[in-house]
Amino acid sequence: MTARALVSRAPLVAFQIALGVALVAKGLVSSGVGTALVTLALFAVWIGGTLLNSWLAARPGVLRFKAFAIPLVFGLTLLAMWEIAVRGYGVSTVILPPPSAIAVRFSHSLPILWEDFVQTVIKGALSGFVIGCVAALVTAVVVDRFDFLRRGLLPVGNFVAALPIIGIAPILVMWFGFDWQSKAAVVVVMVFFPMLVNTVEGLHDTSAMQRDLMRTYAAGYWTTLFKLRLPAAMPFIFNGLKIASTLALIGAIVAEFFGSPVRGMGFRISTSVGLLALDLVWAEIVVAAIAGSAFYGAIALLEKAVTFWHPSQRGHGH
Amino acid sequence: MRAVVPVLTVVAVIVAIWYAAAVWLNAPWARDMAARQDRELGAAELVVDTWSQDKPKLPAPHQVVTELWETTVEKSVTSKRSLVYHAWVTLSATLAGFGLGTALGFALAVGIVYIRVMDMSVMPWVIASQTIPILAIAPMIIVVLNAVGVSGLLPKAVISMYLSFFPVVVGMVKGLRSPSAMQLDQMRTWNATSAQEFVKLRLPSSMPYLFASLKIAMAASLVGAIVGELPTGAVAGLGARLLAGSYYGQTIQIWSALFMAAAVAAAMVGLIGVLQRVTLRRMGLDR
Repeated sequence: MTARALVSRAPLVAFQIALGVALVAKGLVSSGVGTALVTLALFAVWIGGTLLNSWLAARPGVLRFKAFAIPLVFGLTLLAMWEIAVRGYGVSTVILPPPSAIAVRFSHSLPILWEDFVQTVIKGALSGFVIGCVAALVTAVVVDRFDFLRRGLLPVGNFVAALPIIGIAPILVMWFGFDWQSKAAVVVVMVFFPMLVNTVEGLHDTSAMQRDLMRTYAAGYWTTLFKLRLPAAMPFIFNGLKIASTLALIGAIVAEFFGSPVRGMGFRISTSVGLLALDLVWAEIVVAAIAGSAFYGAIALLEKAVTFWHPSQRGHGH
Repeated sequence: MRAVVPVLTVVAVIVAIWYAAAVWLNAPWARDMAARQDRELGAAELVVDTWSQDKPKLPAPHQVVTELWETTVEKSVTSKRSLVYHAWVTLSATLAGFGLGTALGFALAVGIVYIRVMDMSVMPWVIASQTIPILAIAPMIIVVLNAVGVSGLLPKAVISMYLSFFPVVVGMVKGLRSPSAMQLDQMRTWNATSAQEFVKLRLPSSMPYLFASLKIAMAASLVGAIVGELPTGAVAGLGARLLAGSYYGQTIQIWSALFMAAAVAAAMVGLIGVLQRVTLRRMGLDR
């Protein structure tokens, strides 16, 4: 295959090869054979991963398997490159520990990680998430009932949703003390506005014909609300819940930077950075990532079950 | 225009609630002080006192406004006590991160739209990357980058970049894919190269999506810059003002920094809104 054909048929691989050759050459010239070999290994893994994925993507086969396998190969490639780079170039573990060291640390400090998880995710994030979302739902129904409120509150809510709300964390820590209550309060404020705006928008997502049909059934306000408008609002509500789920975790962790008892993920991260125990920091990040993905995934599954009728859920999956 | 009266009403109600809350939250302290001096506080005195404390639990709105006025207009801009100076420190990091994030997001989106393998391998990780609370590891990024000799603006910009690239990727992938099959076929019948197809069809059709994403990215970028200032030990910037205020119980300072952050966010998002209107009008896309 000529270079030109490679560029047009597989631009990504061509780019990787070009970059790899350049960097290996630079390593050979400026820092010796050892460094150049590490760079070579790095690019070999990267290009190998990409080729494997290209092959997987081009193969006729079950879409579901491919949607699972290709990201997995990509992730493993990244991890392998990380490990090779850190060990090969001799990066200090104080700056970036290799994935294997993080895995070892993770398995050794399970009790600490669990304690922090309970403090931050269960007590702080989850309770705040539930309170905030329920409050926003109720407010949204009230706001929706009165058009004047809707026209007044919605622009304000949109404005507040764009603000750096995380800034109120120090104030709420001052009001509610150092324990999880203040973190839950931060989460409540953070999730409230995105949830409110989405729900109000969703409650308006019924067509005149649907509302007329309810009227011909002689359905009152509450019946219409529960049988038509709330179900119709579900895609919007779940959109809000998804946004809120990531905000909740961020709020709970960042609020701990402003004061916390001697446990919690935010506390552990900020103190471990000071102690240069970066492997523990990364272990906490792994916990946060797993918790965040699980949280998001659970909401997505629930959404699939509740809004099975929506076009965005029907298009794929079978 | 129809929205002005309701919005003003809502804002007025919020201010009224705020004043009432200030009385309620600050009253214990006021009563405490009065009891120590063997005085009885009348209702009017109590209200006046709660609205004019030095370190109130909740400062009254006029106290925050006074502080804002004093630290923006009455101080010289270069002074470390000037809020304009701190806002500029934060804003410069925000803009640097926003620029980097937009560029990265744009490049990733083009790759994802044009290269099938990237679509299938990178896209799930882009989404997964956002479930990691990056703000939580901001301190580590700052400290690590400091250790390798990168300090000042860049570490904060890196955090802002991480937060702002995601909305751009998602929006631009959607936008670059928004031309219909018929429009793409039309380009093909004109024998357009893929570069021409990109510049003349895909890029223009993605503009509305781009601006919507840029607004979100700007707000996220500001949050990143503020949080990025927390671990540097409260040197400069709005985040540093927040942290210093929370250390010393200077609630008025915290609130004024918050309001400044809100003003900066509103100004930046508004600026993008104006750009959006001008661009879309010139392209004939506004309705």
